[in-house]
Amino acid sequence: MLQEFKQEKVGIIPCNGEDLCEGTLTRFACRKVLDTLRPHETVTICLPLFIAGDAGERNFAKTFPTITVDGCAKRCSQVTTEKLSGKPRYAVVVSELLKERGMEAPSSKRTLTRKDQAAIDLVAEDIAGKVDEILRKG
Amino acid sequence: MKKKIVVIPCSGIGKSFGEMGRQAVYEVIEDLRPGDVTTTCLARLMIDDPEAKALIEDNRVITVDGCAKDCARKNVEFTGKSVDRALRVIEVFKENRDLKPLGILNLGEDGFKLVHILAQKLNEEIAGLMRKES
Repeated sequence: MLQEFKQEKVGIIPCNGEDLCEGTLTRFACRKVLDTLRPHETVTICLPLFIAGDAGERNFAKTFPTITVDGCAKRCSQVTTEKLSGKPRYAVVVSELLKERGMEAPSSKRTLTRKDQAAIDLVAEDIAGKVDEILRKG
Repeated sequence: MKKKIVVIPCSGIGKSFGEMGRQAVYEVIEDLRPGDVTTTCLARLMIDDPEAKALIEDNRVITVDGCAKDCARKNVEFTGKSVDRALRVIEVFKENRDLKPLGILNLGEDGFKLVHILAQKLNEEIAGLMRKES
């Protein structure tokens, strides 16, 4: 009997973003999706493993439909994933998303404040919505 | 012109060791060595960003990796630049097994104690490189 293939996991790849506040926000939003919003539907990988890792790791975006999440317009995660792993289904750019929604970026890359939590929630909800869309469409 | 020290942590999105490395780098840059030390996004090297590549080419580089995959060191070396020092967060953890970080991004009190220990270790490495420089 043929079984219908069901896509169960979506890959989320945040940029590193250690040198910008939006990078820290990206990281927190992605972890919120992975740990709280869609813990059973999502997986992640450290972006630099596409160079430092093995063939299995480089196949990540071929194995999972993937969402890249970048802090800034340089789109390091999207560009690297496309070049070394596979084309992402969605590419989120946090700085652009915040601008669209009229929200401010955090003022520190080291510590996020209570005020920044609203921005984390916004980005995380956006990513979670895209996860649902991928799982619905297959 | 005096060279800077560029300290680059790994991405470490899947483990608390990654976040500890990142926080230790911020502590060194902002609290312990303001002005002498800087960082750049590791992933900018992956897209051949000219500014990031010039920064590591012209200065001394220390990488801080959360695990044995050594992503930060390998990605710097992939550009053709040799690192001056390569630290692993796991080594600090092994020397302080009584300290357990709480979560991946929420490190908790123990996690931040490890961050401070790592930052001190980094600071010593930086002092060594700066002595060599002068």
